[in-house]
Order: sequence, then structure tokens, then C-alpha cells
Amino acid sequence: MAMLEVKDLEVYYGMIQAIKGISFQVNEGEVIALVGANGAGKTTILHTITGLLSPKKGSVIFEGKDITKIPAHKIVSLGMAHVPEGRRVFAQLTVYQNLMMGAFTRTDKNEIEESLRAVYKRFPRLEERKNQVAGTLSGGEQQMLAMGRALMSKPRIILMDEPSMGLSPILVNEIFDIIQSVSAGGTTVLLVEQNAKKALSIANRAYVLETGKIVLDGDAKDLLNDDSIKKAYLGE
Amino acid sequence: MSFLSYLINGISLGSVYAIIALGYTMVYGIAKMLNFAHGDVIMVGGYAALTMMLSLNANPLVGVLVAIVVCTVLGITIEAVAYRPLRGAASPLAVLITAIGVSYFLQNMVLLIFGSNPKSFQSVVPLPDLKLAGGALTITAETIVTITSCIIIMVVLTTFINKTKTGQAMQAVSEDKGAAQLMGINVNKTIALTFAIGSGLAAVAGVLLCSSYPSLSPYTGSMPGIKAFVAAVFGGIGSIPGAMLGGILLGVIEILAKAYISSQLADAIVFAVLIVVLLVKPTGLLGKPIQEKV
Repeated sequence: MAMLEVKDLEVYYGMIQAIKGISFQVNEGEVIALVGANGAGKTTILHTITGLLSPKKGSVIFEGKDITKIPAHKIVSLGMAHVPEGRRVFAQLTVYQNLMMGAFTRTDKNEIEESLRAVYKRFPRLEERKNQVAGTLSGGEQQMLAMGRALMSKPRIILMDEPSMGLSPILVNEIFDIIQSVSAGGTTVLLVEQNAKKALSIANRAYVLETGKIVLDGDAKDLLNDDSIKKAYLGE
Repeated sequence: MSFLSYLINGISLGSVYAIIALGYTMVYGIAKMLNFAHGDVIMVGGYAALTMMLSLNANPLVGVLVAIVVCTVLGITIEAVAYRPLRGAASPLAVLITAIGVSYFLQNMVLLIFGSNPKSFQSVVPLPDLKLAGGALTITAETIVTITSCIIIMVVLTTFINKTKTGQAMQAVSEDKGAAQLMGINVNKTIALTFAIGSGLAAVAGVLLCSSYPSLSPYTGSMPGIKAFVAAVFGGIGSIPGAMLGGILLGVIEILAKAYISSQLADAIVFAVLIVVLLVKPTGLLGKPIQEKV
């Protein structure tokens, strides 16, 4: 059974249909990539899954439960974390406070402490800067903070929206290494990326989006070698 | 000696403005709206306390507590009934106009119940005045209680916002409602809590104000409400220390202007100072543009 299943999703912004009937599924333990050009609807899909947007039609099923109508603030405690596009860290809170916001719905003090140590171990730079206000971090550090904040909720699935956006090539590699290690740690990953080549290189399977529809899907390695994909998205 | 006495009076009046300004600034910071009915909540607080003390012969302290409860419930109700349905409305003007409507509603509701004649308020501070320097300097007990309350409120509120999980959630909501929801923070509840705190503080301000200036009418809240709004903008709207600083400065300027320049021009001078400050520093004294690296 799929861990996360999106069925016949249709999403509108006013009169404009952004998502035109999309279905896909994510199995436990997988890294799934949603790739496609700017405006294809990738971010809209993630926002609809976590309840920041409501679909006009279709449903979102997580671990057998229909979460389509569950409000956004109740999603994280179900075991689903969302690292939004543009990091969206709380600029005026410290790094430590941001991480604790990630554990907002948890009450188990000792286990939160444990998660915090795990996040600091994964991102040593966050520990170095734990008392620094998040708005003063560099872009790469903010991305790490956004990921660390999401991990603080102890998610079984993590949705990541354009984690490599605006980062230098070295940092992009670092971020993708981290995504792989998060996946290796047992967390399922749904990854949205414009950097299709990078995303396909770490994903198990992928869906290719074009203006609100899935136009292609399959094994990530096959897609990486697909001629039409190479032309349209990999610039080869 | 008279200067010192004016200064203390100014700080006392400013403390009241500061407590009211906190409500404005917190609501603005989190709901991004100007709650122009905030001043009238002060007046309702005054009536609630007065009714308890006069009709039911309650202890002044009970009067204050009842006023706080009444205003807190009122604040939550106003937010839920009048403002929440308009959140996400196409124009931010919708909620602003509604706030003005709520302000008139409260004034007229009180007018209907209590009539238009000003009622003389009985001070909630049954303590003797403090005489210093052989009687040359008198500080009223109300002044001392007002300034002390203001300091306590400032310390408690700052600690709450910075040290508690709920306080940090409020800051998170004020920065980014979407991201806050992804953390599991209930935005509606957080905004309701902000209104509750702001309105509870308004009740305290109302009682303190009426104890020092013992006349209460349905319009008592308007002018202090506007002045406190000015204080919040003056200090930097959205900033809690800014509201405190703005409030106290405003009170001091107002009293000194009344004493040394002209009592008729005092309000004009207060607003002139605001205009000058905003021309020089548009974000207010302590307001700073959010610095964010992208």
C-alpha cells in the first residue's frame, strides 16, 4: 500500500486551474522526485498535500487516512513535514528557537532533546550558530535550518520544495547528500526540484509535470537517460 | 520641584498609553490589522469595574478582575465575530472599516445601557498619596500604582513572548502564518490569544486611567485609544519595547507641553512630534525593517 497517495487532484487559483487532475503515489522508504519547469504546479501540489491550499477535486491519502480536509496545522503531528520553498525560517527567532518550533506539537521532552542532538549532529553549523537570529544566516544555512526544523517533528515523510534553489553548486551537492542521508535514515522523501538532473540522480522514481499535468513518469534512472527529458529538462 | 512633578505625571499618563499601545502593537504584529475598536474596550473595562464597585459594592480589586475578564471575553468575541471572517478578504480595508464599525457599536451599546452622562469613577487605589521633600512634591498613589503596573506588565509580557513556547509561536505566526501552520501552530487560536491579552491589558489601562482622571463616559476610550495608537507607531508598530517607549514619551511630552507651552496646544504638539519622528525615521523609534538574506 502506498504511504502517500494523491488521487485525481484539481486545484484552482480563482478561475485559473493550476493542477489539472494529477494522481501519483509515494511508497514507504522511497525518494520520489516531482520535476518540471517553473509554473508546472509542483509547489501547488505540496501546498495542497499539507493543507495550505484546498483542492477543488480529488483527495490526498496518507497512511490510509484521507487528509484532504484536515487543516494545515494538524498535518505535522500525523508524521508529515514540509520544507517550504524559499526556506521560510522565522527570521527573528534564533536558530535554536526555530528548531524548537519544528517540535511544536511534541510534548516528550527527552525525545525532543534527542532529536535536537541528532539535528545538530547532522548540521554542525546549526549548533555553532544556535543563538544567532535566523535572518542573519546565509542561504545555505537557512536551508539547513529549514530541513532541521522539519526533522524536529520526527516525520515519517518529508516534503521538500526546491531545496537547492539559489545555492552555489558546492552547497547544492551538500544539500543533496543530506537528502540522501535523511532517506537512508528511514524517512520517505517527496522532492520537488527544478534541478531535474540532481533530483533524478538521487530519486527512485519521478513524475514529470507540465502545466498542471503529469506527462511522464517512471524509474528515475530511465528518465535520466530518456532523450526527450534530456532535451527538455537537462539541457543536453 | 514642579518639573519633577510634571515629569512623574507624564510618566504615569504615558504608562497608561503604553499599556494600551501594547494591545495595538501585538494585534498589528500578529493579525496585521489596526484594531481601532481597541480604545473602546478600555472604556468598557472602566464601566465593568465601576458597575462592580458601585452597584455590587465589590472590593476594587474584584472590580479590576471582573473588568479584565469582561474585556478579555469581549476581545475574543470581537475577533471571532467581526474580524476572523474577513481574514483573507481581498482588501485589507474591509477589516479596518469593520474595526471602526465595532468602535461605534461599543460606544453606542454603552450609551444605551449607561446613558450619556459622565459617571464619576471611584479610584481603585485606596491608598494615601506619597509626600516627599517636606510636602513640596506629592505623588499620588494612583501614579505609583500605574507606573508599577506598567513595569510589571512589560516584564511579564516580554518574558512570556521570548521564553515560552506559546510566546514564540506568536512570533512565528507574526512572521509567517503559512510556515507557522506547517509547524503545527493553530493560527486562529494564536490570534485569538493575542486579542485576549491585548483586551485584558486594555481593561487594566481603563481602570488605571479612570482612577487618575475620574470621569467615565461612552467616549472616554476614543482619545486615549488614538493617542496609544500614535504611541505604538511612534515607537515602531509591531515592537513591544517600542510601544512602551512610545507610550511613555508621548505621556511625558503631553504633560510637559500642557505645563510649559499651552494646554490647548498640547495635543497638537503631540501629533507634531509624531509627524517629525516619522519623517526622520519612518519605521518609528524602535521599529526596524526585517533584514533577511535570501
